Amino acid sequence: MARSWLRYLTLFAGALFFVFPFYYMVVGSLQESPDTSLRGAVPSGGLTLDNYAAINDRVNLVQSLVNSGIFTGGVILGTIVFGVLAGYALARLHFRGRGTLFAVMLLVQIIPFQLLIIPIYVMIVRSYGLADSYLGMILPFAINSTAVFVFRQFFLQLPEELFSAARLDGAGELRVLWSVALPLVKPALLTATLLTFIGPWNEFLWPFLVTKEADMQPLAVSLANFIDNMAGRAANPYGAILAGAVVLAAPAVALFVAFQKHFTASDLGSGVKG
Amino acid sequence: MSIDTSTAPRPGSRPGEGAEPTPPPSARPRLAVLLGRQPLGIVFAAPYALFLAAVFAYPLGLAVWISFHDYFFAAPGATVERPFVGLDNYTAVLGDPAVRESFVNVAEFLVINVPLTVVLSLLLATALNGAVRGRALLRVAYYVPYVTASVALVAVWLFLFAQDGMVNEALGPLAPDPSWLVNSALAMPVIAVFVTWKQLGFFVLLYLAALQNVPKELYESAATDGASRFRSFWHVTVPGVRPATALVVILSTITGANLFTEPYLLTNGGGPNGASTSPVLVMYQKGIEQGSPDTAAAIGVLLVLGVLAISLVNKKLLEKD
Repeated sequence: MARSWLRYLTLFAGALFFVFPFYYMVVGSLQESPDTSLRGAVPSGGLTLDNYAAINDRVNLVQSLVNSGIFTGGVILGTIVFGVLAGYALARLHFRGRGTLFAVMLLVQIIPFQLLIIPIYVMIVRSYGLADSYLGMILPFAINSTAVFVFRQFFLQLPEELFSAARLDGAGELRVLWSVALPLVKPALLTATLLTFIGPWNEFLWPFLVTKEADMQPLAVSLANFIDNMAGRAANPYGAILAGAVVLAAPAVALFVAFQKHFTASDLGSGVKG
Repeated sequence: MSIDTSTAPRPGSRPGEGAEPTPPPSARPRLAVLLGRQPLGIVFAAPYALFLAAVFAYPLGLAVWISFHDYFFAAPGATVERPFVGLDNYTAVLGDPAVRESFVNVAEFLVINVPLTVVLSLLLATALNGAVRGRALLRVAYYVPYVTASVALVAVWLFLFAQDGMVNEALGPLAPDPSWLVNSALAMPVIAVFVTWKQLGFFVLLYLAALQNVPKELYESAATDGASRFRSFWHVTVPGVRPATALVVILSTITGANLFTEPYLLTNGGGPNGASTSPVLVMYQKGIEQGSPDTAAAIGVLLVLGVLAISLVNKKLLEKD
């Protein structure tokens, strides 16, 4: 039994190491003045919501959250609509160019978009004039390739008889997809939505380049700008920064805790085995 | 990069037309040869193919083109001359100490990040795999940093690793001087540890999936041979998850090549004195802040080549078995 004791000690030490900074984020955001002593991690008083008011004075939290929401929602919509169609075609339809498309999809997962930031910036901001617009923000992320891959894997697992039966009944391909295949891959929709969510919600570099107007910036960008150049002017800069961090982190953490069943090893395993 | 969907999708083709397993004799065989048995697939896949062409293939080509020309930002609509300059941008980039330093920094990052990630995530996944109780809770605890924005997490680390932050308070007289984030020997290692910490949960999940594919019989025969727990870990688990390890190494390398937010915010723009800059940060500074996209594009092309080379080497090593 000594072994299982050691196992749980390792596991819980690991968990503490992962979770403590989150706890400290919340504690720090509630402190009147920063207390960095070890005892400060377990505050006994002097808690306040002033830091949230302070960050809201500098950064329009509601507007930033709306911007993050539109950016993220647009990407999820594009990924679900066009990603399902592409995943279905890649898994179930024989058409010219399928192999090429699949190979390119895998290649895209290796070459991250950050490396192409200069040409994409030239195209979207300089050539198309989409700076400070939601479209410009969404465009480079519009269809998440990992999600397309997840859809393809799920559609591949369905038995072929299902499709041939529906087609014999005279159902068109769109109808087969909508009424036969899609209801069976509902878990994939949720997994792909979760996977897709963390991309744009947390993304910093691209919206940072595209948005110069404060009222177009998603929260990750406005908070980063606050950390970078305005923090010195707040009365309790760390408190205000951490309050902003809590607001930015909370939706993602809440989603993944609520839907943790849909973000398991096997879901991910099939999603990234490219 | 040609994607075959450009061969005119046929919106007029009746749905289900090409659905039969074998085309009937009356079908148009030449069309089937040209478009495939189910040409509707082209219509379904077209938006995604166009998307890949527009935000991947075309920018890749544009990056290469820009990197061989004297390119600068001009007012929209203005026609300006952008002469071909051959390898000038590349020689400028390779001769620039700031660029070279950023590549050395990423190498330092990878030397710390990759082994740490592989060892810790395999260790935690193995422990988690055998755990009966609290598995779901532990899993969530592990991947919470992975799903949270870097910007939010950097905020806490700034607080923890500040001059008078909790880490230094806890270390007392052992606290480094100058402090972590303003110490040129420690800034990059702190970034490497931060990224390891943030991504670890994802890699634990990856190893957890891989562990399910290691045959149970191998452990049983190792046990009957009297192998210790450590020996069976070393001789069964480690080789059994080798494909996952290769994937972890590739993905960590890609993360390293992408590094931007952490040096930008955690060490205040790659400081102190460029000790923690990354190539993407230099790309941003040169291309957008200083307005020379041509040299920045050259850095991007070099990074793409580097990532591809590492992936290929990794794939070759993996296929040796």
